[in-house]
Amino acid sequence: MALSNTGEVCLSARKITKRYPGTLALDRVNFNVYRGKVNVLIGENGAGKSTLMKIIAGIERPDEGTIELNGKEVHFDDTRHAAEMGIGIIHQELNLFPNMTVAQNIFVAREKLRYGMIVDDKRHMEEARKLLERLEHPLDPRTLVRDLRVGQQQIVEIAKTMALPNLHVLIMDEPTSSLSTAEVEVLFRLIDELKEQGISIIYISHRMEEIMRIGDYVTVLRDGRLVAEAKVKDIDIPWIVRNMVGHEASVSKPKPEAERFGEELLRVEGLTLPGRSGGFALENVSFSLRKGEILGIYGLLGSGRTEILECLMGMHPEATADIYLEGKEIKARSIREQIERGFAHVPEDRQREGLVQTLSVAKNITLSSLNKYARWFHLVQKKEEEHVRNTIEDLYIKVADSNLPVLSLSGGNQQKVVIGKGILTGPKVLLLDEPSRGIDVGAKAEVFELIRRFASQGLGIILVASELKEIVSISDRVIVLSNGRLTGEFAGEQITEEALVMASAEGQRAIRV
Amino acid sequence: MIELKPKRNRESQTHVGIGMILLKFRTFIALILLIVFFSFSAPNFLTSHSLILIASHVVLYAILGIGMTYVIVAGGIDLSVGSIVGLSGMIAGGLIYEGLALPMFGVKIFFNVFVVILITLMMGALVGAVNGLLVTRFHVAPFIATLGTLYVARGAAMLRSNGETFPNLVGDPGLGNTGFPVLGAGNLLGVPLPVWIMAIIGLIAAYIFKKTPLGWHIFAVGGNEKAAELSGIRVKRVKMFVYMFSGFCAAMVGLIVSSQLVAAHPATGETWELNAIAAAVLGGTSLAGGRGTIGGTIVGAFVIGVLSDGMVMIGVSEFWQMVIKGTVIVLAVIVDQIQRNLQNKLVLQSRSAA
Repeated sequence: MALSNTGEVCLSARKITKRYPGTLALDRVNFNVYRGKVNVLIGENGAGKSTLMKIIAGIERPDEGTIELNGKEVHFDDTRHAAEMGIGIIHQELNLFPNMTVAQNIFVAREKLRYGMIVDDKRHMEEARKLLERLEHPLDPRTLVRDLRVGQQQIVEIAKTMALPNLHVLIMDEPTSSLSTAEVEVLFRLIDELKEQGISIIYISHRMEEIMRIGDYVTVLRDGRLVAEAKVKDIDIPWIVRNMVGHEASVSKPKPEAERFGEELLRVEGLTLPGRSGGFALENVSFSLRKGEILGIYGLLGSGRTEILECLMGMHPEATADIYLEGKEIKARSIREQIERGFAHVPEDRQREGLVQTLSVAKNITLSSLNKYARWFHLVQKKEEEHVRNTIEDLYIKVADSNLPVLSLSGGNQQKVVIGKGILTGPKVLLLDEPSRGIDVGAKAEVFELIRRFASQGLGIILVASELKEIVSISDRVIVLSNGRLTGEFAGEQITEEALVMASAEGQRAIRV
Repeated sequence: MIELKPKRNRESQTHVGIGMILLKFRTFIALILLIVFFSFSAPNFLTSHSLILIASHVVLYAILGIGMTYVIVAGGIDLSVGSIVGLSGMIAGGLIYEGLALPMFGVKIFFNVFVVILITLMMGALVGAVNGLLVTRFHVAPFIATLGTLYVARGAAMLRSNGETFPNLVGDPGLGNTGFPVLGAGNLLGVPLPVWIMAIIGLIAAYIFKKTPLGWHIFAVGGNEKAAELSGIRVKRVKMFVYMFSGFCAAMVGLIVSSQLVAAHPATGETWELNAIAAAVLGGTSLAGGRGTIGGTIVGAFVIGVLSDGMVMIGVSEFWQMVIKGTVIVLAVIVDQIQRNLQNKLVLQSRSAA
């Protein structure tokens, strides 16, 4: 469905073609960015979205095709050049310096100087504070980025791009992937402000409801080609999905009848974890989990969701709690010990914490279980290969050869590798931290189907998720955290988006430093 | 589900394939080229005398390189191996020459050669353990920790004999400690013992690397330490092992050298850590960790050995030798980066085409 030239187009990519050895990443793609509007770009992983954005942001150069900015043809030598011309990009994979402060990260390569020479730290701090306040996330600009949680780092990345002078076009690649509902609202308010200032937004996301809410125009890419373009008000979610995958995909299965769960698998009482800078990251949290049950954990950034999983995996020996696994009291002291006891963990950040990039798909799958294949010292290859094959089949991992480097897989399949690694250890309790972050619709549906299957096989599942609809649709019970405290527990029918959001906002102070 | 996948361009795939193979085996090809070059430019390069000389040096670099490969693949570095070589020679030499003096009992113990070798190897592993402790318990950066050990071990070697050499380590039949020179000069089936030792250590090391959980744990720790830890790998133990293994290899080299010279000299092994690192890097070990092969390191050791001794044979000045060696190593790393970038690009392409 082609669009006639309505509204003003501020940036236009024409017949962009990009070839890599052996593949055609973009095939004569036309892309219109309408001034002062939110232009959504959507497509499955591998459709070419990232490549197109890299070209527009000056990170890559097209083999064929042109880019017109405000009617004039432009060629970007590099990102800096593109930035000078007013094109900013917020990457999905954050480009921050963990060893530097928030303020330093925001103003890196654009430092404010005194007398033209000396770095003006005071101004940096002030302006950083102002930017963060606009994002309604008053972090202390002196905090080192490495001490922030992923979602907070995402806020810093957004602030960094907003600090660009002369911003015309802002590319946002999955900006909400680590934000929970309240933060997303803040971001949307910000986007409205930017639109009023005439800044055009290119918005890449997999979250359908967001697209329908915030988008003005939507462009769908598939296999490197433009397949559809439309005004958001003229279409609906099924239209998007149809164009993305080429057919109707099942987004989520209907929830099964109230399951009969097994006996109590895990009981945690009085979990308390001292915070990094005083106070408590977790304060007196108690909950239980039965066999076959999916327990969701919801809460804002920094509410302690990830910390609960980390404590259960033995990563915080300084935490205090009474933990009972199948009725027996245990102390969670080390990761190895917890794995042997039957806990498996799928971490939040698969690049940083889940995958060893230098190893193959097969080795990443068996990494936690290698000792199982060893007779004396020798690795029995046949058994290992068999388990790898089974895992790939069971989890629908799309890979031609399991000896390929794990980075050759798409985001969704990489995530399944990390899940497979955990499952292969034969766990009783599966801890998942944002399992559907940054993966496309099809893979998401598969991951959730897998989670339901594991539950029906008798595993206890604890799931941390920030996308409300997801956690509502998959969880049997949900506990809500706010500022390290348990503020709500909901089961069955009680689990509603409103209830979760209310509970997560309880006890939130206006200024959080 | 009908999917329209872009067809891969067959021809470009083959060209890329040959290029990748050439890059992958570049060190081996370089070795062949070097041998050919020196055969023509050095009059007596291909004589058995020269080749045996070169082989004796290669063996030393190879064993050191194998230990170093383990440390680098695990994400660390070991600058102390050269000093451990010297220290081990002094320990072994001292035990044979002077014996172990126990003043409080007024006796001197002379161990037989087997025990001397055993003690020396254990001491090497012990120094490695010190490195390992510094890195894992005290969180000292490997560069600094092993730099410190470099000096301490060298100092200890010098102190052992006040800087003097322990000469004539043939031992005394009356004391039961003869036979030390056999290690360096002995033959088994016509092949020098040190070559056997290199082969055995190499085979065991290669086996551990690829066929045991420990080996894969080492790769994981070097590839992504955080992910390795979260996967349940005992990162501290892995690191302790690689440093101890490196110390062990260095001690072995110290034994071989002092056996070959039939004397122990405290300055032995100075700057050899750099040859070990060079052998590993030439062999494709990535200094970032997570990548490396034993076979590659041994080929790398051959390149260093042939290059060093070849240059001496054609009379290149010592100073130019240093320049050339440094250039070769830097070039090797640059080419390694190029190969990796190409490989990554291909990987990402196959991902977007999937």
